[in-house]
Amino acid sequence: MALSTTVKVHPVVLFQIVDAYERRNADAHRVIGTLLGTVDKGVVDVTNCFCVPHKEYEDQVEAELNYAMDLYDLNRRVNTQEAIVGWWATGNEVTSHSSVIHEYYARECNNPIHLTLDTTLQGTRMGIRAYVNVPIGVPGGKSGCMFTPVNVEITCYEPEVVGVQLCQKTVTLSKKTVEPMLDLAQVAEASQKLTSLLDSVLAYVEDVLAGRTQPDNAVGRALLDMVNSVPKMTPEEFENMFNSNIKDLLMVITLSQLVKTQLQLNEKLTLLTTL
Amino acid sequence: MASGRGSTRRLPENDSSIAYVQMDGLAVMKMVKHSHEESTGNMEVAQGALLGLVVENCLEITNCFPFPKPNDESMDEEEYQLAMMRRLRRVNVDHFHVGWYQSADVGNFLSLPLLESQYHYQTSIEESVVVIYDTQKTARGFLTVKAYRLTPQAIQMYKDNEFTPEALRNLKIGYESLFLEVPIVIKNSHLTNIMLSELADMIPEEDGSKFLDLGTASVLEGQLRCLMDRVDELNQEAIKFNRYQQQVIRQQQDKHRFLQKRSQENAARQAKDEPPLPEEDLNKLFRPIPVPQRLNPMIVSGQINTYSQHISQFCSQSLAKLYITQALQTAKEGKAAP
Repeated sequence: MALSTTVKVHPVVLFQIVDAYERRNADAHRVIGTLLGTVDKGVVDVTNCFCVPHKEYEDQVEAELNYAMDLYDLNRRVNTQEAIVGWWATGNEVTSHSSVIHEYYARECNNPIHLTLDTTLQGTRMGIRAYVNVPIGVPGGKSGCMFTPVNVEITCYEPEVVGVQLCQKTVTLSKKTVEPMLDLAQVAEASQKLTSLLDSVLAYVEDVLAGRTQPDNAVGRALLDMVNSVPKMTPEEFENMFNSNIKDLLMVITLSQLVKTQLQLNEKLTLLTTL
Repeated sequence: MASGRGSTRRLPENDSSIAYVQMDGLAVMKMVKHSHEESTGNMEVAQGALLGLVVENCLEITNCFPFPKPNDESMDEEEYQLAMMRRLRRVNVDHFHVGWYQSADVGNFLSLPLLESQYHYQTSIEESVVVIYDTQKTARGFLTVKAYRLTPQAIQMYKDNEFTPEALRNLKIGYESLFLEVPIVIKNSHLTNIMLSELADMIPEEDGSKFLDLGTASVLEGQLRCLMDRVDELNQEAIKFNRYQQQVIRQQQDKHRFLQKRSQENAARQAKDEPPLPEEDLNKLFRPIPVPQRLNPMIVSGQINTYSQHISQFCSQSLAKLYITQALQTAKEGKAAP
């Protein structure tokens, strides 16, 4: 039954769904598409997706399944490990049309996942929900199926986290554009974030000492781990390590600048020679 | 942004005036994902096409798709691209092909195939760019995407297909003026921003703080090793060029000596009233030595330049981190002392 299935979604998938929704035809309220990824022991890892054109009428649904197969083939050429794991739709709820589409996908893969992204922003949030289809009914009577919600988590590859963090800056800026940042600026920002985290930890400790908050054992143990993990060095050891590292880095900088100057000279000299 | 999409026609601009490149978050994320998957798989470069539009002096990139590996025989690359673009058009994705992207290690991308591809792209589509995505730097926490275009001089040089030093001097081209960097900005629509705020709650906090890492040795080692390889290559090219120069000088001396001998003989014959020897074509006797092509050394110099720049940047950033640690240490000692 796989009710303990967890769905792990990569940010790319969400970006793609939002983009497909923004580009939908004027008469469509909903957009659907296929989810691609891998399944491993009850955990479904959704890494990619694409949009499939479809039309919904009162009592029937038309989706271009050839298109879906074609695009899936094209994608397989690039990435042979991604398989169809389910389908997605925008909107708030699971409609009756969904079960029809879900049946189709059940033919394509084993136990498909249905993911909804609420782009209509009901309840002022964009809800991300996933469902699995579960047959219900009494034995001997009519049986039907029900969409049961399962847990959704966001997971990222390392570089994806960096990408998302950069894109997140557009949320707060007023001109809605952001440039990839220079190194030093990012280091400065990371240190600022660390400082604010340290401040909140300090505030918590102060509160506990003054008796304003209940001490929590787990937090206390984590704090002890953290304090113990700072390497203990005598001042001389630190001086040594610091100086030798600085010397190494300065030497490398000098060498690379020297190389650059030599390149320039080399270029000018070869061009100057007239024969 | 949505209103200008379908109705903007691309006017041919002869003054390649793209001031900046604007990428959608979606295109950036797809590039990141593709490059990451390729690099963990088989260490090859990831390549793909960029789709978008040109709006005044800005190149908007709204989507991208990866190319299949080149050794896949079953479908031609052209066919794949056409099939992909036709399908994307069905779902209203911009289908103008405005450039291509490639992943690179340490941003080292300059190579002959890249020059050729960009040349073909730029001659067929005026405003195309190549976007380079740096895998190593992004893994360390700095998202690095850069867009490049060939300068007009580079295009001229490639068209002439002549890479002799004289040609290069005439065009005033050097390894620094091959590519022009175009600034990139990232833009997201409002709905995407809403989605991002949702994501912010769901992503665990600790990821992405790797760039405070103090360990520099491994990265530096790798970069320095690549730098040394390139310098060796450049050295070989320089040796070749020097050898060519020496050969030319020697040839000239030989020519000179031959001419002198000739004129001496002629003078002697005239004295004896005999007809002078016929003038012989010097070029047939002393075949001109071909000038070595300067294209390869130029590319290698460009690569070395990129490496040195990256190394300097990396070192300055590590210095900053070390000084932060020192400040913390002095604060700790200051507190511990009394």
